[in-house]
This record gives sequence, structure tokens and C-alpha cells, in this order.
Amino acid sequence: MTAHAHDPLSLSGRALSVRRRSFLGYVMAGATLVAAADLGLAQAARGAVPSGVQVPELYDLEDLQTDAAQPTANLITVTINEDGTASFAIPRMEVGQGITTSTAMLIAEELDLPLDKVIVTLAPARPELVWNQLTGGSNTTVSTYTPVRVAAAIAKGALLDAAAIQLGAEVARLQSHEGIITAPDGSSVTYGELATRAASTTDRTVQVELKDASDFSVIGTPRNRDDALAAVTGQKKFAMDLHVPGALPTMVCRPPTLNGTPKRLLNKREILAMPGVKNVAKVDTGIAVRAKTFGQCIDAIRKMDVVWNPGPVEGESDQTILARLRKAEVPLAVPDVNPLAKTVEESFTFMFRSSAALEPNCAVADVREDGATIWAGLKVPILAQQNIARALGMTQDQVRVNVITGGGSFGHKLFSDAAIEAAKISQAMGEPVRLMWHRADEPRQGRLHPMVTSRIRATHLAGQVLSFEQRNTSVVTDFSHGLGEIITSTIDEAPTEVGRTLGGLGFSETIFTLTQELPYDFGLVTQLLDETDDRFNTGSMRNIYSPDTAVANELVIDRIAKQMGKDPLAFRLEFLKDDRTRAALQKAADAGGWGRKLPDGVAQGIAIHKEYKGATAVLVEIDCRPATVGRDIYHAVTGPRVTKAVLAVDAGLVINPRGLEAQMIGGFSDGMALTLTSSCHLRDGHFLEASWDNYFYTRQWNVPPEFEVHVMPSDSEQPGGAGEAGVAASAAAVACAYARATGTMPTRFPINHGTLSFKPKSFVPSVPQSPVNGLDHTY
Amino acid sequence: MPKQTFVLNGKSITVDVHDDVRVLWVLRDLLGVTGPKYGCGINVCKACTSHINGRAFSPCSVRVGDLRPDDEVTTIEGLPDTVGEDLHPMQRAWVDRDVAQCGYCQPGQIMAAVALVRKVRREGRAITESDLDGIRNICRCGTYTRIREAIRQGERQM
Repeated sequence: MTAHAHDPLSLSGRALSVRRRSFLGYVMAGATLVAAADLGLAQAARGAVPSGVQVPELYDLEDLQTDAAQPTANLITVTINEDGTASFAIPRMEVGQGITTSTAMLIAEELDLPLDKVIVTLAPARPELVWNQLTGGSNTTVSTYTPVRVAAAIAKGALLDAAAIQLGAEVARLQSHEGIITAPDGSSVTYGELATRAASTTDRTVQVELKDASDFSVIGTPRNRDDALAAVTGQKKFAMDLHVPGALPTMVCRPPTLNGTPKRLLNKREILAMPGVKNVAKVDTGIAVRAKTFGQCIDAIRKMDVVWNPGPVEGESDQTILARLRKAEVPLAVPDVNPLAKTVEESFTFMFRSSAALEPNCAVADVREDGATIWAGLKVPILAQQNIARALGMTQDQVRVNVITGGGSFGHKLFSDAAIEAAKISQAMGEPVRLMWHRADEPRQGRLHPMVTSRIRATHLAGQVLSFEQRNTSVVTDFSHGLGEIITSTIDEAPTEVGRTLGGLGFSETIFTLTQELPYDFGLVTQLLDETDDRFNTGSMRNIYSPDTAVANELVIDRIAKQMGKDPLAFRLEFLKDDRTRAALQKAADAGGWGRKLPDGVAQGIAIHKEYKGATAVLVEIDCRPATVGRDIYHAVTGPRVTKAVLAVDAGLVINPRGLEAQMIGGFSDGMALTLTSSCHLRDGHFLEASWDNYFYTRQWNVPPEFEVHVMPSDSEQPGGAGEAGVAASAAAVACAYARATGTMPTRFPINHGTLSFKPKSFVPSVPQSPVNGLDHTY
Repeated sequence: MPKQTFVLNGKSITVDVHDDVRVLWVLRDLLGVTGPKYGCGINVCKACTSHINGRAFSPCSVRVGDLRPDDEVTTIEGLPDTVGEDLHPMQRAWVDRDVAQCGYCQPGQIMAAVALVRKVRREGRAITESDLDGIRNICRCGTYTRIREAIRQGERQM
């Protein structure tokens, strides 16, 4: 990974051809037309690379996930229905990122069918897909773009064949438009009428060519979400909205310290006699209660008298964990550069953060003697199925796992914690359950982004950066949801150069190495991760390591620029080695008016991030003047106000620009919160946060009044990832602006972590009671 | 068990449940009205925002026993009927602006937005930036910018 010159590494065998290619697929036996493609058809675009590269330039997490799909020769199918619709069950999870809409667009494009006639649902756990049913790493469109189109194109071909017979005309002379096929004589037939006629009695292999990009009329056009109407009318169903007979509300009384365990419930009889309460059961995570309403579950939990075993971090706090990280920090290398070079050295700390969505962890479970059915938001449903089967003492095929659209994820739903817990409770009670975590359970016992330190040592001389070394030390990130298995099965297939680099790294370190890229010509560049302490419930929060590394990098870059007497924008434009990133940066700077005069205490910041086969640049303006910081909004933690944000994103080939813009809006909200407001405080073995009035995710009073997203034009044939692409550069731009506005170098994030802006809620009982004064606050 | 009577989305309903059960659970768990969402249970996140007698409130923080028989509770499901259309203008603005991401908070956001427009009109004025800043409903997908745009549009069309 060092910046020495060597011959370009040839990866031509893997490069995506510019020519139109033929793909093989299948027309499947069925009552109506069913067309199939191998989900392993996806092929990442890789070309020859210049010298002086970091691993993600050659081979990144997108490639890894995409390649992991290759050996699983299992099929995805597009079905044409008699009502003229096409249906497809995507083996991924919709959590708000818009993949059902963008996937419907791919199918509508190839089929020449109106978008509202394409119905995309979520596939249940399909064990035959092995590792090809994981929603994460912003990889869905990257890995399904080609196979979904192939399946749709095969369906289209079969429809044309059937229409040719029906209309007595040659296929080549038929026109398809909006679900109708028309012959030269003007006669026509609809897809619905052809659905059964085009059906096959046997499976057969067929060859198709995909539509050329120049013929696209759906892909690349802004479209609204397919579930927009359902969302605004309250009809969209989340797991807790499903009606499963007998599945009564269920909650768990949880331990007062992180990952404590229950010894026993002392007043079971009293609890069972409470209004609405039906069942009580001890499970490994706490004492579960099932009642007619969730309110009665809360009442019961608050009355429970439970003896607890302590958790593994009993007595620990932010300070003790940070001290442990410091101890695990590997010394920075002494750079082998000119002794006259100036050294810039900084150390940053990033506190624990919660990845909880607004929909808390939840699942419906109906466990019977001979089998179990689960309904939950699950990004890795096959693993959930395996884990649930193991927990219940059943075989995998006895467990049916239905994937339900999630009320957000942000990495949280990579884990099936609630689904496994619900299954155990249902089995223990012998009843179906509708398990929901109380909000207080989320930051206190749920998955977190680990605490991280990031140290940087950079050297520069005579206007050149000679070395840039970054060492992150982190509490362990849990990758037990399966990325690890992908790695073990895929790493041998990676380009040799990459395999050598990654061999011997742990899973998290591998993910770090596959995702982190500092796209500047900074001489000797190294970025490494070391981990310690696996006692916390962690996971890959949206954009995983990148927001922290980007904040650290871009702050140091601003400092180097200052030492060289260069403008932050000019410096970045000079040193960026990637044209796409440079173009995005220039766009953000131009659109945002970089360099305009601002009052004291108000400043701009600008930052970039390159990942997910794309690049993002963000310009912000932040107001840190006392009157703004201390502005008075009822029950609000205010602080510095970002007054303007301009994002420019190059996400390669864009399927739905409106959806991409939505992801940038959300990514910015996340990034800004990471830098300014959102964190969890560990004290005495437990996290203090228990609700949204403690955990300060971005609220309306933080939102920039001026906000723009610019989608960069791209001639790429390859879609990039969108879901996480906006977070890191946003976090970094806000940090850089804050540093410039205050004339400081912030070294701990979020910047407000030192102020505890709330009174912690009780730990026993583990959940707060709902207020009763709601009618005093109507408006 | 006490009988609780109130008007829900234009119809008088009666349900057998203890006085102290919060309205959110009566709606969701007993009546199957799932538009209002749970996000905190302590009147902080506002995902359950609905209307009582035309004003915004959080059903998670009101005892069902505190409702009078003539109190009119409107959830997102009943919002279009208040204007006698398939969709309320605020819902139309939401669709037009493609506001929702995961959609979980959006019923509450829309109910809050409608109440905000009514409130400022009672005060004889239009929505200001500071009114928008003061909206407490959380959107964990962070689509606040589009929420602000949609409220402005909905206000014009209400």
C-alpha cells in the first residue's frame, strides 16, 4: 500500500466490457411466465489501476460482497401476472433506503412496463442463497443491478415470443410499450393476456442482451418511492403492525447494568395478577412479560422485583474504556522521510453512539412444537434462521423467517437480537408473542458504534506531504452477522495483491482495510485499525469506520494546509488524486460559495470522502456565535447551528436521483449528529441514555435552513452505493467548519459529549412510566 | 372492567379497558389502529402524534380514562375524512415531495404539520422558520429538509 511505483496491476480479466454483453438466464416452468437469473451474475467494474494505491482502489467492500455472491448459483425470479403486473421478491431488506423502488425501476426499464405495475416485495430467508442475502455496505444495487435486469429481460423476450405467435408477426417487428405489445398491423396484446401463454412447462436456458444505457427511459429519472402513499396514510405495515393471531404485546425487564443476566423474579405471582398480564418467563436477557397491551407490559416491568447477575462491564465508565484503548494503541511509526520535514500529529476520540432506529428492536414469533414462524426486520435473515433454529433446538427448515420492511436500520438490523429473543420467549411461554424493546432498552442494551481513538502523524516539506499515517484503535465491532464468513469464503478469489495484504488480518481489520481510502497524493499513506475489548454490544453503524476516519483526516488536512499557507479548498484540489472526487469537491465549492466573507464565529468547512464506488464532497457553514449556540428552544439541546450544507455526490450510474438525494439528506443528518450532538455516556457499568431526550440525534432545530444536493453526472456503467455515501464527508465538513469558526482543534466527538444535558432515567425499574399529562400539551 | 367511550376517526367507539391504559395502546393493541407509531412512550419522539378535537397530542401520554365520550380522536387513518377527500393536502404535499424514507415517523409528522398550520392560522399568521425549528417530531432517517418543504407546500394548499 505504500506509494512506490510499480507496473499497473492487470485486472483486465475482471473488467466490465463496454460492449453490450449477452447473459444467460432461464424461463422457468410455471402457471404464468416466470423468468430467472442467477443472482451471482453481478460483476464489479474493475480496470487497470495506476501505481501508488490503497486496497479499496483495487478491491473494496463492494467488490468483496459482490464476489461473495458469485458461487451461489441460485436464482431470482421475475413473474408476469395475469393482471399485467410483474412481481419480484428481492432477497434484500427495505429499511427506508429505497431499494424496492429502484429495483422496480430496473424491472420496469427492461420490461417496458409502467413503474406502478411492478411489485417488489421482500423475500423470506432463502437458505439456498447462502451468503447472498445480506443487506449492508450500501451494496444492494451494486450486486443486484445486472441479475435483476437479466431476469426482466428474459421475461420480456418470452412475452415477445408469445406475442409473435398470438399476433402472427415476427418478434423483430413487434413494439412493446407500457405493458402492451403491438404488431405492425396495429393489433396488440397486453402482458397480462400473455402471462399464461408465455408460461413454460419446462425450465429452459435462454440468452438475452440488456437494454443499452442510451435507451434508458426509467433508469436515471427521478421517481417517488413505491410505498409513499402507504407511508403517508398509515397503511405501511411494520413488524409491530402485523396481525398475527394470539401474538400479544411482550416486553422484557432488562438488567440495570450492560449485559447483566437475571437470577430470579421474586414476585412472579404479583406480576401475573396485574391487569392484562398473561404470561411471565425468564430468558437469558431478562424477565419477559406478555400482556393485552404494551402499556400493561410497562406497568408489569416497573413492578418486577428481580435479582440480577452483574454484567461484564460492571463499574466501567467512558474514562476506563478510553484508558484501555490508549493502552492498546500501537505506537506510530517514525516516518522515513527528510529530517527537515514538519510533523503534524493529532489524536482524536470518538465516543460510543447508538445506531438505534425509530422503530425499536422488535419481532413477532409464533413457536409451536413442530416449527416456528418469525416476522421481523432482518438484514441477514438466513443467519437469523440458523440462530433461531439453534436457540429453539429445531432444524433450520422448521423455522420460517419472514422479512418485514424496517422502520430504519442504520446497521442496527444486521443483527437479529429481537428475533432470537422473541423466539425464545414464545417457546418459553408456549404462546405467540409480539416482542418490542422499550425505547430505554435501545441505547442501554442495544447495539452501539464502538468508542474509537484515531491518531494521525503526517509530515510535510516544501509544499509536499511526505507521509500520512493513521492508526485507529477501537472497541471491537461485532461482525458476527456474516460479513466475516463472506471474507473467509471470498478472500482467496480477490486479486493476488489484495489477498496478500489482507491475509492474516482479523475480520474487522479487513473491513477497515477494504473501506478506508485517503484519496490524496500524500506520499507514504497507511491507515490501520487495532481492536480491543469485546464486552460491548456493537455493530456496523451506518458508514462504519468512515465518519471517524474522515473527521480525523480532514481536520489534519486543514491543519497541514494552514501550515503551508494554503486555502483548504485549493489544497485539496491540488492533492486529490482522483478526478471524480475532485469534480465533486469543485461542485460543492462553487455551489456553496466557498470563501465568501462571514462574520467572526461563523465559518465554512469543506471535506470529501471516497467510498462505495463513488465520491462525496460537502461544504457547510456553521454559526458558533454565543447567541446562536445558546438559542432558546423549548426542551432542546441547541449548540452551534449549521446554517448551510451543500453536498455533491458522484454515485456512478444513478438509478433514482430522487432516492439518491434522499440518502444524502439523511446521511448529512447522521454525519452532523456524529460530530456535534449524538453520543452515549458509560458510567458505572451502564449507559445513561434512555430516550430521544437523552440521545441527541439531529432535530429540526439543528437542520441547516439552506440545503442543496448536487448529483454529479457520470458516464459509469456501474452503480455505486448510496445509503452510506453521505455520512463521512458531512461529519468531516461540520468538524472542519467548527474548528475554523472557533479557532480550535476539536479532539473529542461529538463536541458536546463533555456536557451531560439530562438527568438519567432510573435503571430499576428499567423502563420509564408513560406520562399522563399529554392533554396539557396539545396544540 | 370500565367501558371507555370516545369518538375515533368520526365514529363513536367503546372499548373495555382500565382507565390508566394510555390511548396509544388502546388504539394500537386493542383497536388495531396502527398508523400512530411507538418510538419512546414518554411524549418525546412524537411518532404517535394524532389529533384530539383538532389539536395535536401524543396518545402515549394520555390515559384513556381521561377521554370524554365526545372527545374526537383523529389518527392518520382519519385525516383525509376531515377534508372529505382521499388525501389531506398535507398528505399530498408529502407524496409530492417524496418525503418518507422508512416512513415510520411520517404519520406523526403529518399530523403535527396539520396541527401546526391550524395553530398559526388561529394566531392569524403563516408558518415561520422558527415554527419549523420548534417541531419536535424525530425522523431518524433525517429527512428533515423535505419535511420542511412539504409543510410549506401543505400550508399553501390547506
